[in-house]
Parts: sequence; structure tokens; C-alpha cells
Amino acid sequence: MELVVNQKHYRLVVNPDRRLLWVLRDELELTGAKYGCGEGQCGACTVLIDGAPIRSCLTRVSAVAGKQITTIEGLAQNGKLHPLQEAFIEADAMQCGYCTPGMILSGVSLLKKTPQPSEPEIRRALEGNVCRCGTYPRIIRAVQMAGANSGVQHA
Amino acid sequence: MPEIELERYELFEAPSYRFEPEGRDFFQLQRRDFFKFLGGGLVLLLALDNSAAGQESGRGPAFRGDARPPELAAWMHIAEDGAITVYTGKTEVGQNIRTSLAQAVAEELRTPVQSIRLVMADTDLTPYDLGTFGSRSTPLMAPQMKKVGAAAREALIDLAAAKWKADRSSLTVAAGAVKNNASGESAGFGELTRGQKLLKTIDGASVTPATEWKLEGSSVTKVNAIDMVTGAHRYTPDLTRPGMLYGRVLRPPAFNAKLASFDSNQASAIPDVVIVRDGDFAGAVASDEMTLDKAIGAIKADWTSAPQQPSNNELFAYLKANWVAQRNDPNSGPSSSSIHGDIEQGLQAAAHKLEAAYTVAYIAHVPLEPRSAVAEWNNGKLTVWTGTQRPWGVQAGLAAAFKIPEDRVRVIVLDTGSAYGGKHTGEAAVEAARLAMAAGKPVKLVWSREEEFTWGYFRPAGVIDIRSGVSSDGLITAWEFHNYNSGPSAIETPYDIVNRSTQFHATESPLRQGSYRGLAATANHFARESHMDDLAATLAMDPLEFRLKNLKNDRLRAVLQAAAEKFGWAKAKSEPKRGFGIACGVEKGGYVATCAEISIVPSEFLGAEVAPPPPHVKIERVVTAFECGAVVNPEHLKNQIEGSIVMGIGGALFEAVEFSNGRILNSRLSKYRVPRFSDLPVIETVLVDRKDLPSAGAGETPIVGLAPAVGNAIFHATGTRIRSLPMTPRGFVQPL
Repeated sequence: MELVVNQKHYRLVVNPDRRLLWVLRDELELTGAKYGCGEGQCGACTVLIDGAPIRSCLTRVSAVAGKQITTIEGLAQNGKLHPLQEAFIEADAMQCGYCTPGMILSGVSLLKKTPQPSEPEIRRALEGNVCRCGTYPRIIRAVQMAGANSGVQHA
Repeated sequence: MPEIELERYELFEAPSYRFEPEGRDFFQLQRRDFFKFLGGGLVLLLALDNSAAGQESGRGPAFRGDARPPELAAWMHIAEDGAITVYTGKTEVGQNIRTSLAQAVAEELRTPVQSIRLVMADTDLTPYDLGTFGSRSTPLMAPQMKKVGAAAREALIDLAAAKWKADRSSLTVAAGAVKNNASGESAGFGELTRGQKLLKTIDGASVTPATEWKLEGSSVTKVNAIDMVTGAHRYTPDLTRPGMLYGRVLRPPAFNAKLASFDSNQASAIPDVVIVRDGDFAGAVASDEMTLDKAIGAIKADWTSAPQQPSNNELFAYLKANWVAQRNDPNSGPSSSSIHGDIEQGLQAAAHKLEAAYTVAYIAHVPLEPRSAVAEWNNGKLTVWTGTQRPWGVQAGLAAAFKIPEDRVRVIVLDTGSAYGGKHTGEAAVEAARLAMAAGKPVKLVWSREEEFTWGYFRPAGVIDIRSGVSSDGLITAWEFHNYNSGPSAIETPYDIVNRSTQFHATESPLRQGSYRGLAATANHFARESHMDDLAATLAMDPLEFRLKNLKNDRLRAVLQAAAEKFGWAKAKSEPKRGFGIACGVEKGGYVATCAEISIVPSEFLGAEVAPPPPHVKIERVVTAFECGAVVNPEHLKNQIEGSIVMGIGGALFEAVEFSNGRILNSRLSKYRVPRFSDLPVIETVLVDRKDLPSAGAGETPIVGLAPAVGNAIFHATGTRIRSLPMTPRGFVQPL
């Protein structure tokens, strides 16, 4: 099976029924996507498939073979952080940081569709991502900052 | 500053498993000294200097050199290349002490925060520490960090004075270098420590007062924020070791069930699978998660049915019944009481009397990183990486479980994906270690969300009874307060009441219970501040005015007034479906006041044939004023306050563990609702910065005002007083 993760091509011999999350974490050592609940409720395992956020804990690896998979590790380009990564630091939009990769990827997907989202749009787009530390107000601010600051969106 | 009492529910309990492994032979740990391990330079050891610190630190495993003083609070190394490393036994779980403790050292060393590296929570490398809980790091560990930093600064000045044969008084330290103001010479820290092997033990140092802080008191960015936003930070579940396998435990169907029969023939036949059974412990090791699923599924196990256990429907009656029964049992756990004046006399003098009972449910911590561990055995020494708030507690637990000396167990805590008081124990560490022993390879074990909801422990449930009396001019004449099981944190009223009786009754808990952010302070404030509002309503007095009338404590009055002003309390007039509430409190050296605005949102029309669900309570706006002495990092403090408010929403409105006969019924995120973006109110914070007072911890206390402020707002909007937490698990239901 061929996986395209962060623009790198991997040839893997894996059970096609394995969930993408565990293939990324245990086979490719891309541990940015986290296990949080195993039922698509918390968003910690979010990765982008052709730019759209999916729950990798529920997604069979065979379903995404050959598609463009983006994990948090692939977001910075040439050592430069994505504007939303910068904004998360600027807004102090994390405490323990465990939800952060999933939050950022969900936010990146929103910003691509809606470069300057309103607060209700941000809330709706991120409703499936849980931050148990409760940094939601700062995450909203970070997405707004990234939307306002960056003319160019990438990833 | 008043001594901070340890929570009574810090979970110190017997090991979860009793293994009977083969006798083993271990080699002696090689002794080593600081310089052999760290290289040359300057080493500062801070001796313990007071009893408060003694609770915090003191026993010293780690560097087992003969010359090492027996009791150390912290140590620091400035290497020959100028690298500054500070060692502390505290753990980082999202409360941002990796940043604030670095700020404390950097402040004293007059060097940028980025130049400080903290080695935290490693039983081989850092000083012993009781644990990271109870909001103790800032009041107790930060001062030690400051002392060691200040002593290092003075030692560097000594080195520079000797090097330049200069007068100390002409030397100053700034921006990571010592300067001779007379000659203009300057030397970086590394230049001064090069070629040195200087070890100093200090027992104190004078530190920079808050009024002169330059780094502390400012919003330094989280020091490892880049690792968090790029996915580079490795939490325990992200760790990989050479040859590592994956492990899982076979769980019984209910609490207190015992393994009656066990057949692993089919499971063991799966290639590369190791099955372990040791007493009531059973588990599997395999090379990936799918094989593990298969192996665990193939084990045939029968469990004895456990005795009938209570359910949440009968919980509160059970708690009240079981304290009485155990009153004279010395093993029933702690109880406490404090009585002043005469309650009956106070009640007789009252114009109005009130009596009410309040309840709080068990709730779950739901740390997004579940309990997990990576364990490996090397020549009889066990190393375990695990996200715990008590690394030395886990070390002791592992030593006891495997009957080996503590110095053959190393526990390393990576910065952890949150804890909230839920990670005081080391179940996953013991389980991973047992599986690794059987597999002969490193094993990683990550609890599933269902395991996390079931096999950890919960914030205690409880019942609180209050009897009170108030005079016609609004002075409280009697206050009797009984807390059953939920805990004694913040149980004492901060109001000035002559006749008062406060009692905590330990009971038998149907579920395993332990610490939680703020612990019982939330329950006790919910009951107290709801009751205060009812007393004010009895007198038709404004709730803020009534509180201030009965309150002398200046610090609490200050936050009450600050919150009320920011909120616009004077103009906040409740109406049907829109209410305003206020509450205040003090705990662990922090003073908090919270104002809340709520609305009652009607349910959506789902069709003519469908019975409409009840309306729900929406928290619209929350203003919190908080004072914890001198503010160390304003932005991180605001973040903690906001996080407390968000987390508090769950326990206030909808979080509750449902259970029946030894089983947790809502052990999934799809069944146990936690606050999400849609629950988020407008949150505003007011920091009351008291540079004249020592800094207190701030990760817990801001949570205590939310539930009563919201309950009071619901009352003022609807006339309905809800006396149970959570208040609206199934929406807002008007009583018949």
C-alpha cells in the first residue's frame, strides 16, 4: 500500500483494516496525531486528507491510500511555521498541548475554506475538538489572528 | 502565609496488584557523583531550610554519592559552556510551571528565560518531591528556585572577582554575563565556570522582591510552545524504545471481581503474542494494536461475580448512611470538625432560619492523554516513563509491586497531557512493567478512553447539609455545615459568623475516589454560596451587599468588588430567562469572585409528534476576579483562570459519572459530555496583583466560584434553586 504523508511517499505492508492513527504513530513514527477517545469524539487524532479534516482513529488506512495526508509534522514549510502555529504561540492557546495538533489542523482546514472566519464559524468548525484544559477562547483568538494576519494560506 | 493543608483525598493506597514473581538477583546501582555525571562547572545544592519545603522535597535518591548532603530541595548546574540546568522533582501537566519556574531562576540569575533548561520529575536525576498537586509549586518550589538562582549569581560574582582581582561591589550581573563596572570587563557564565569543579551547598539566599521583578511578573511565552504546535513534543504515549512492544490488560467486567478461571491457549497460539497471568492480573503483549485486540479477545476468562454494589441512584442516601455506621471505626478515614460559639443560641437569635441539603456527583478528570506508561527492564533495573503527578509515589509503588529496592526503579515523567489531580497513581506503570517483565522487551501500554473512565479514580461525590440563621438586619447568627464524603477543602466559611460549626464526615465511597482540580472546594463553595444567596433572598437583600455585610476579609472583599465592578453588577437586574449571579471564595491562598450571566434557551421544535426536550441553561458571560499575591506570569494566569471556568462548566451543568453494581455506565466521550466550543461563554478576567504578598498557586482555586455563580443566576432568572451538581444534566427542568 502506498501512503502519501506530508508529501513523502511510503510503501507499507499493513493490514488494510488498521486505523490510520496507529499506522501513522506506530509504523511511521508520526506521533503528532494523538489517541484521545477512539470514537471520533475528541478530535485529538485529526489529520487532513486532501485538505479536509478526518478522525484518523476511525479511518481505515486503505481508505486514504494514495491521498494527500497532512499531519501536524508536515505543516511547517521549509522551517517556517504555518501562520496558525505562530498564532497559537502568540495567543498562548494551549496548556498541556495534547489537543493542539488536532486543533491546529482543524483550524487550518477552516482557514483554507474561509480565510477570515467569524467567531461562530470557528466554533462550529472546531466543535468536534475537545480541549479539556479549556483554552477555547484562546484558540478562537488564534484562528482569528491567523485569518487576519495572513494573506497567503498554505498547506 | 497560612500553611497549605494537604488534601485528605490525595490517593495513597495499597498497590493495585500483588505479584508473586520468581526471586530475582539484582546488581548494585553504580555510585556516581555530580561532576562525573554532569561534567565540570558550578554546582549549587540547596539544602532544605524549612518544614514546608520538607513536605515538598527532602529525601534524596538520585546522585547517590557519599558526599551528598542528605536533604536537598533543588540543584543547579552551570556547565563550562555556560549551559544552565536546574533540577526539580515537579511535573509539568499543562499548568505551565516549566515556564514559571524557569522565570524564577532567570530572574535571580539575570539571564534570559530561554537560557534556562529545567530537568523535571526524573527519580534518578532530580531531587525527591512529594508530588505536583495542591497548588504548591508556586508558593513552595518557586522560592527554592529563586534561592538557588540568587546563590548562583553570587557565586558567579565571586568567580569574576577572583578572576579579575576586582572588588565585588563593582561587579554586576545582567543579560547572562558578569560585568566589571570599574574596568569595563565582561564575562559570560561559561567563561567563569570553565575549568572549575565548584560545588557549593547553600541553605538560603536573599531573593529579589516582587516590586523589583523584571522577568517574573511578565507574560513570558510558554518555553516549549514550538514543540507543542509542531507535534515535536513527545508525551508518554508517543515514546518509542528499541524493540518495544505494545501491551494491554484484560479487564474484569466489574469492580471487585476476581479471576476465577483463565484459558489462554488460543491467545498464546497467535504468533508473537505473550500472555501474562499473575494473580488477578492478566494481559497480553503483541507487536501492534490489531494483534492485541485479537489476543485479548481470544482469552477465555471467567470472573467471580462481585458482591452487589451501589448505583448512582442511591448514592447520596448511601453516603449519609455509611458515615454513621463507621463513626467509631478507626479505619473509616479522616473526619474533622471545628466548632465556635453556640449554634442553638445563634438560631434562637435569628429572625429567619434556613435548612438545605446539597449534593455533588462523582465526576471524571478526562485528561486528554490517558494514563499510559512505557516500561523496560535492564539487568534488573526498571525504568518507567509515565505521566504522573507523583513520580516518587509511583517509584515506591513499583518497588513494592516487584519487591525490589526503590533505587532500582527509575520513573521519568515527560511533560504530560494534563492531569487535573487525576494522575497521582501509577496503575499503568505497574501494568506496563509487569508485561515488560514477561515479554523481556520494553512495553508501551496506553489506557483506552473506557479504561481511563473506569479504572482511574473520581472526584468524590458528597452530600452537604447546612442549617443557618440570619438577623433581620442581615447578619448571619448561626452557620452549621456538614460535608459527607466530598472533602474538607475550603470547608470553613470565610464570613464572620460567631456561632458556627463545620464538620467533615468521611464515609465509605462506592467508587474509587481521589484528588481533582480544587477538589471539595467546588462542592463546599457551591453549597455555601448557594445558601448565602438564599439567605439574602429571604431578606430581599442584594446578594453582593449581603456578602459584604458579613465579610471582613479584605482580600476577599477586594476581589468581590473588582468582579462586581467589571461585570456591571449594579445594573444587572435579572428577569425571567435571563439571570445574574455572584459567588466568592478563598482556597489555597487564592481569592476568587465570579459573576455569571445565564439565559434559559428553549428547546428546538422537533415536530408535532415528538415531546419537546426541556430547555437548557446557556452561560452567556463570566467575569472572574482573582488574587493570588504577586502575579508571576499574567497571561498564563489568565489562561489558568479561563481554563478553570471552562472546566467548571462541565461539573456545574452536566458532568456526572453514572454507575451501577460495579460498572461505569457512561465510560465514553460520546456518553460523558465535557465542555466544548458551543458551551463557551464570554470570559473576562480581572487580575488583582499584590506585589506585597507572596505568590500562591493558581491552577485550582479559580474553578470554585463558577458553579455557585451559575446556580445563583439560574435562581434569579427562574426562582428555582438547584441544589445538586451537576445542575442541569438533562436540561433545565422547572419543578412541579
